[in-house]
Amino acid sequence: MSTTLLRNQRVEADDYTPLADDAALPASGKVIVSYGRWQAEREALLASSLAIGVKLPNTVDVAGVLPEIADRPLIALDFPAFPDGRAYSQARLLAERFAYKGELRATGKAVVRDQIGFMVRCGFTSFELREGQDPAACIQAIHEFSVPYQQAADHARPVFLRRRA
Amino acid sequence: MYQYDQYDQKLVDERVAQFRDQTRRYLAGELPDDEYRMLRLRNGLYVQRFAPMLRVAIPYGLLSSKQVRMLGHIARTYDKGYGHLTTRQNIQFNWPTLESVPDILADLASVQMHAIQTSGNCIRNFTSDHLAGVAADELVDPRPYCEIARQWATLHPEFNWLPRKFKIAISSSTTDRAATRVHDIGVHIVRNEHGELGYTMYVGGGLGRTPIIGVKIRDFLPEADLLSYCEAVLRVYNRLGRRDNIYKARIKILVKETGAAKFAELVEAEWAQIKDSYLKLTQADLDRVKQHFSQPGYDAAAANDTTYTAQIAANPAFAAWTRRNLKAHRVPGYSAVFASLKAKGVAPGDIDAAQLDAVADLAERYSFGEVRVTHTQNLVFADVQRKDLYPLWQALAGLGLATPNIGLLTDVICCPGLDFCSLSNASSIAVAEEIFERFENLDDQHDIGEMKLNMSGCMNGCGHHSVGHIGILGVDKKGEEWYQITLGGSSSNDASLGDRTGPSVSRADIADAVQNLIETYLAERHSEDESFLACYRRVGMSPFKTRLYAAVEAKA
Repeated sequence: MSTTLLRNQRVEADDYTPLADDAALPASGKVIVSYGRWQAEREALLASSLAIGVKLPNTVDVAGVLPEIADRPLIALDFPAFPDGRAYSQARLLAERFAYKGELRATGKAVVRDQIGFMVRCGFTSFELREGQDPAACIQAIHEFSVPYQQAADHARPVFLRRRA
Repeated sequence: MYQYDQYDQKLVDERVAQFRDQTRRYLAGELPDDEYRMLRLRNGLYVQRFAPMLRVAIPYGLLSSKQVRMLGHIARTYDKGYGHLTTRQNIQFNWPTLESVPDILADLASVQMHAIQTSGNCIRNFTSDHLAGVAADELVDPRPYCEIARQWATLHPEFNWLPRKFKIAISSSTTDRAATRVHDIGVHIVRNEHGELGYTMYVGGGLGRTPIIGVKIRDFLPEADLLSYCEAVLRVYNRLGRRDNIYKARIKILVKETGAAKFAELVEAEWAQIKDSYLKLTQADLDRVKQHFSQPGYDAAAANDTTYTAQIAANPAFAAWTRRNLKAHRVPGYSAVFASLKAKGVAPGDIDAAQLDAVADLAERYSFGEVRVTHTQNLVFADVQRKDLYPLWQALAGLGLATPNIGLLTDVICCPGLDFCSLSNASSIAVAEEIFERFENLDDQHDIGEMKLNMSGCMNGCGHHSVGHIGILGVDKKGEEWYQITLGGSSSNDASLGDRTGPSVSRADIADAVQNLIETYLAERHSEDESFLACYRRVGMSPFKTRLYAAVEAKA
């Protein structure tokens, strides 16, 4: 199954491959491993020549695991169900408080046009669209609201700052 | 009152466009049912027993005449000619078609109104004191703080998909008229010993299936830090609130399971990280919003009126109304006037299009073009001068809005119940009507005195039964409507949850049961000055229970 990846507000080829916990390491390339595998096999993974992203469960306290993942080129956060918004808080902490500069990827059942605007605001930079989503409509949805009330991770200039000017 | 600027207006307009597209996609089969359900709820749209129901936000209860007229227009054009005021300062329309809702929202947006976040698992409408700005016991006007917080909460990117709904109430007076202790966050605006403004913060209150009184987690939070502190509470909740069981997903359960002290520690730790961020309010931010709530041009000569006392002497019905339906105003010669939506033969909180139009006119004529809705499902004209009380009373009487029963037994708080709501187990409106008829005689009601009778059709508790002096909860027993009674609840400063009397009583017995409770109170009270609540707290459950069940058994 191939998913559509949005990055930089366009459809891009996904250069990362998800790697199952029991799959052998490929010789080269970019992979995404589970947080469990990252914890268990960190030394071996770092010794490979792979670029390694880590996918966190949405129950993990980002502040607690930060030292283990801060240098990863990609962190994937999960939305295991459409209404489960825990990864929004994880994303804001990574992007705003901890100034994570790698690729912050949204995965799972909420990655649809009706939530992608909030995801961008919380600091996600790439999106594995759920199956059946129209990428053009998703890109358009990012711009559904032109002025936010809140400052957040996307650095859009919020209403209260515009009013202070 | 607050006026939208270009940004507020644009956001509301864009939300209408977004919702119109979501509805179009749903009707075209492009959006799954369960996802459209969650999206429409975030814009106040339920699908009820007979038809959709649209819940429109009335932020902190304040409406202009222009907005009231628009509500009348919506009732007339898209509904069956009326609306229903809720217990959280919203108005609901029970009969619109799904297809018409985007047009209703566009009409609302044209008068600076919306239905954003009036339902769904997100931050709901902010509620406050219906006497804000005029009450004599008020520290400062809470409405600017409500408006600032409303903007912060609106389409908050992080908190739109919470474990469960989240309700915040702000109060700034000695007497809590906003039921803050039964909210997810209750904010009391206070002054500390140095004379600085700030807030006492409560969390984890709520009604519903597991009613809990909120606990204090901070004595004094500086004025500038309201948003950062709320954001810290919400972030802890979004991360740790339970999502495995809808009945355990409110923050009250998290606070209870974590322990209030530990929960407060988590909040404080998070808050320490963000309190000096952009969320800190500046004096300019506060002043900008505060200027929208400046005092209207009161007439300094208002107190000189002499006609009022003459009319009271001449007209006993007018006099009775002034005793019950007026509240003291901080400006001499002015009163806050309650229009009662609890009349015979009308569901509590219902108001029709003609009444809405007339209320808009009366507000313009007598109260600076503004009206408030209360969580007790009535209306308030907040700034009426003495000479206008008589003509206003006459006009309200002609509209059926002058029942002199504010705070009395027939001023029932009541959810729509089985007549409309698909969650409900039992009728509430019909029971309210039966109680109204039984206690209609005002002399009896005045003798009974201050009384909150709150009724919900199911344990979700929209009728706030848990905090009624007498609470009535509809339950389903093998397909029949039964009623569980509680005594001694309060949502004011002395907030408490009612105690169950015992087994539920049948539909046929419920009005008798209320009468028996009232008669027990009349027999037990020290004097007329001892309210039902005070009497119950003194004598306890025993005499009430004995009389109630003796009567039920005698009938059986």
